[in-house]
Amino acid sequence: MKSTLKLALGLASAIFASTAVSNVAHAEDLTLCWAAWDPANALVELSKDFTKETGIGMKFEFVPWTNYADRFLNELNSHGKLCDLIIGDSQWIGGAAENGHYVKLNDFFDKEKISMDDFVPATVVGYSEWPKNTPNYWALPAMGDVVGWTYRKDWFSRPELQKEFKEKYGWDLAPPTTFDQLKQIAEFFQKRQIDGKTVYGASIYTERGSEGITMGAMDVLYSYGFQYENPKKPYEMEGFVNSENSVKGLEFYKALYDCCTPPGASNSYMGEGVDAFKSGQVAMHMNFAFTWPGLQKDENVGGDKIGYFVNPKGPDGDQFAQLGGQGISVVSYSDKQESALKYIKWFANKDVQAKWWSLGGYSCLNSVVKDPKFPSSQPYAQAFLDSMAIVKDFWAEPSYAPLLQASQKRFHDYVVAGQGSAKDALDGLVKDWTQVFQDDGKM
Amino acid sequence: MLNRTADNVARATPEPLAKKIRGISDKGLAWLFISPTILLLLAINIFPLFWAIYLSFTNYRANRPNEVVKNLGLANYQRILGDHDIWIAMQTTAHFVFWTILLQTVIGFTLAWVIDRKFRGHAFWTTIILVPMMLSPAVVGNFWRFLYEPQIGLFSYVISFVTGIPPTNVQMLSNVELAPWAIIIVDTWMWTPYVMLICLAGLRSIPEYIYEAAEVDRASNWRQFWSITLPMALPFIMLAVLFRGIENFKMFDMVNLLTGGGPGSTTEVASITLKRQAFESWRTGYSSAFAIILFVAVFGLANIYVKALNKVKQR
Repeated sequence: MKSTLKLALGLASAIFASTAVSNVAHAEDLTLCWAAWDPANALVELSKDFTKETGIGMKFEFVPWTNYADRFLNELNSHGKLCDLIIGDSQWIGGAAENGHYVKLNDFFDKEKISMDDFVPATVVGYSEWPKNTPNYWALPAMGDVVGWTYRKDWFSRPELQKEFKEKYGWDLAPPTTFDQLKQIAEFFQKRQIDGKTVYGASIYTERGSEGITMGAMDVLYSYGFQYENPKKPYEMEGFVNSENSVKGLEFYKALYDCCTPPGASNSYMGEGVDAFKSGQVAMHMNFAFTWPGLQKDENVGGDKIGYFVNPKGPDGDQFAQLGGQGISVVSYSDKQESALKYIKWFANKDVQAKWWSLGGYSCLNSVVKDPKFPSSQPYAQAFLDSMAIVKDFWAEPSYAPLLQASQKRFHDYVVAGQGSAKDALDGLVKDWTQVFQDDGKM
Repeated sequence: MLNRTADNVARATPEPLAKKIRGISDKGLAWLFISPTILLLLAINIFPLFWAIYLSFTNYRANRPNEVVKNLGLANYQRILGDHDIWIAMQTTAHFVFWTILLQTVIGFTLAWVIDRKFRGHAFWTTIILVPMMLSPAVVGNFWRFLYEPQIGLFSYVISFVTGIPPTNVQMLSNVELAPWAIIIVDTWMWTPYVMLICLAGLRSIPEYIYEAAEVDRASNWRQFWSITLPMALPFIMLAVLFRGIENFKMFDMVNLLTGGGPGSTTEVASITLKRQAFESWRTGYSSAFAIILFVAVFGLANIYVKALNKVKQR
């Protein structure tokens, strides 16, 4: 009896001790919040090195893109402690900074000698600064991203298609450099039979619920001359948002949607675009660069069958692309800010950034992207570099959400539902955006 | 047995506590038992309602906790009532509510009438008919989205087979004209069984002797239907219409899953607009005012309807 009691006590103590030890180990675990997508899996892999080096465990909270903003903005607005680190969307930076959700990183960067000059300038402005173009940093550029295009290289290189295309349009079938060329190629492939299957011209963003159609339409509008505001007078939008060229740009986007997209593609965003390309439905595919590593590896459409090109030029030769991507920030409501800052310091390291790129993440560090070997390191590396050099981003104001909702509605009403004209849509957008800024007391 | 247990509990109660309980009146005891429920109701229903009313007069935004909250008076209400887009959303809601109720009532009552004939295997068919309403709206929304898919969807192929139109041209969710009907079809498919159940209860409550008396008077089947079946089942039908009307007025899940309010704003019902304003644009004060307007509209209409229902019952 006595020995049984001793055994029981011993077992109980052992269980208690192991639980206590594991609790101590988990007490310092950091939770990193991000979207559920391929780069997040790469980050999980990368972060194992951080745990090895520091003993700090990493937990991850990944939410699908469709709920990403809702979920995490709710978390930040309610001062939740779920996330110690967050990779928040570029447009959140204004709101997160002004509402105190993110820790300001200037002092930390100075102390740890992390210089923003070491990062691609567009990513610093896009992901880290608020107010824009001022040295106030709220995030470390983490995941460079930009809208670009993939195309079916194998279809483009078929002699019979090349011949037919040249006869019809008078130029060689090749990745387009202008939007007019892009539309001609899309028209050429629309409803064409290839290998016994009907294929379509292009997959473009048309999603209504979150930000899809805005990201897609802006990708075209920028190169047509759209500007958010008068460069000399902030928030003056009349004649800039709804300029003649902007109207032409939006008309072009609608024409592309009407002529050359797969049937039923009226609510298509990143996932639907990838599906359309992977299933061999489309000749060209607009999407953020983060999708490229996955497509490159795809057995059916990847490898030699896929090619990449930068967003084409507009009618006046202007060429811009919609910025995507995010910076990593420390959440000001976290109790583990010190450990979270350790992660930022580790992540900013040159070797870690190089590994980040090799695993499928898009590094924003100059030493990685300006490495002479970088353009040839992946088939899509050059297109990514060229695209990052021409980026523009949506409003990053604290009121970005109502600004985005307005453009989603105006663009979808016109492009997909065919209601009104492009001029009506953009005039309406000026009205909506003016109202938002008036509500904010900025006009 | 029950008395013995009660006695045992009474004996086990400590004397000071027993004395206190003996001192409480029946009314007091009743209040003691229902007070937790009342407190819960106040906390999760009444307080949020009054809080929303208060917010509806302000410029409060839930994502700007540090901003000063200003009293706007009736400005939010004025802005909503003068907003063209809000009226479009209300029209879309009305269109959806009208057609779903009409179709569900007609089909539901017809099905109930057929089932009430008690033909061979009617119990089996009743169970089969009830299946759609047992499914989760999320599941229904997702699989109908696939059914409507123009390239692989069964629905498109069936329409194509019947009409000869190529399936890729049957774009139920992308076409401005068809998208509202796509949602009406799904809602009708899912909730007609519910209306059928209520109507069936109404039909089964009609005493058999009334029909026997009508038979004696040589009333035709048609006459029996118009003079007995329909009037006596009418309160049940009206009840079903009330339930479905309230439910469909605040319809969100199905629309969100099928079209997300699109194409454009063609299927943007009031609840989708409300969600966008409240949780995407973060206009908390404005959306509170909109919610109050919707609440008053539903509450007012339901009240008028219940009065009409009572009149029908009294006839």
